[in-house]
Amino acid sequence: MSNAVSALQGKAYDGLVRVEEAGLRGMITVRGNLSNTKLKSAATSLSAVDFPSTGECNCVEESGLAWMSPDELLLMTPYDKAPAAAQRMSKALEKQHHLVAEVSDARAVFFIRGPQAREVMSKLVPVDLSPGRFQPGQFRRTRMAQVPVAFWMRDETTFELICFRSVAGYVFDLLCNAAKPGSEVGVF
Amino acid sequence: MLILTCPYCGVEADETELHAGGEAHITRETVGSSDEDFEDYLFQRQNPKGIHFERWRHVYGCGKWFHAARCTNTLEVFGTYSAQTTEPPKDIRDKISGKRPGWSWGIFS
Ligand SMILES: [Zn+2]
Repeated sequence: MSNAVSALQGKAYDGLVRVEEAGLRGMITVRGNLSNTKLKSAATSLSAVDFPSTGECNCVEESGLAWMSPDELLLMTPYDKAPAAAQRMSKALEKQHHLVAEVSDARAVFFIRGPQAREVMSKLVPVDLSPGRFQPGQFRRTRMAQVPVAFWMRDETTFELICFRSVAGYVFDLLCNAAKPGSEVGVF
Repeated sequence: MLILTCPYCGVEADETELHAGGEAHITRETVGSSDEDFEDYLFQRQNPKGIHFERWRHVYGCGKWFHAARCTNTLEVFGTYSAQTTEPPKDIRDKISGKRPGWSWGIFS
């Protein structure tokens, strides 16, 4: 087996916030009927978190579930656990219309950490990120400048962001530029 | 900036997060249709100054198509609704009637 590496191999930048590529992450796209009990129980047992409602993400360390659309779920696991998790998911859904695809190597993950994380993110996405409007637990798919991303908050000062691996460098540069010291807006 | 609430995610998405899909509630003509009906289906579109019904796709979000009722003149949005319908739902039509009595659009009023 080849030696898997993440897109930017943990590259980080310290500015208004710390921007950090999170390294490898197991990700499995699951499409199907999200109210189906087999799908729900397989997803929750593989991730050890509660099943998310519309627009939510539950994630503890590297394992989690995110609501991607009315018929799509993102299952996150430690990187090396993803192939087996995908197999178990397929097996659980074999009697119903579904799609399970392991997409770990198609993605990159970033952390944006610091008290000014909301401000840095707000410069780049068309989403109201004011406290009270966007809270830990909520999950948002949107665009960041010119590319699709998805993000949620781990806690009040930490965003976690997913993008396509092919644009990881672009997203990292965007985040670093938005986090340049001296570029504070002070809106929140 | 036009802001539409995606009926699937419930998020307020501005138009940069959406893809416009043109006029809504078009009957798809097919084998057996007259040439005139087929021409209408392919080429003829309404271009109202005022109330309009459109298809939009939450392309950077959940990826789903949905419908929107809005005013092309003022950008007022009357509402958004599921793609799985061939006509504007009653609550949307009632809402428009409350604000713009006597409106009509295509076969709807
Ligand atoms: Zn949506």
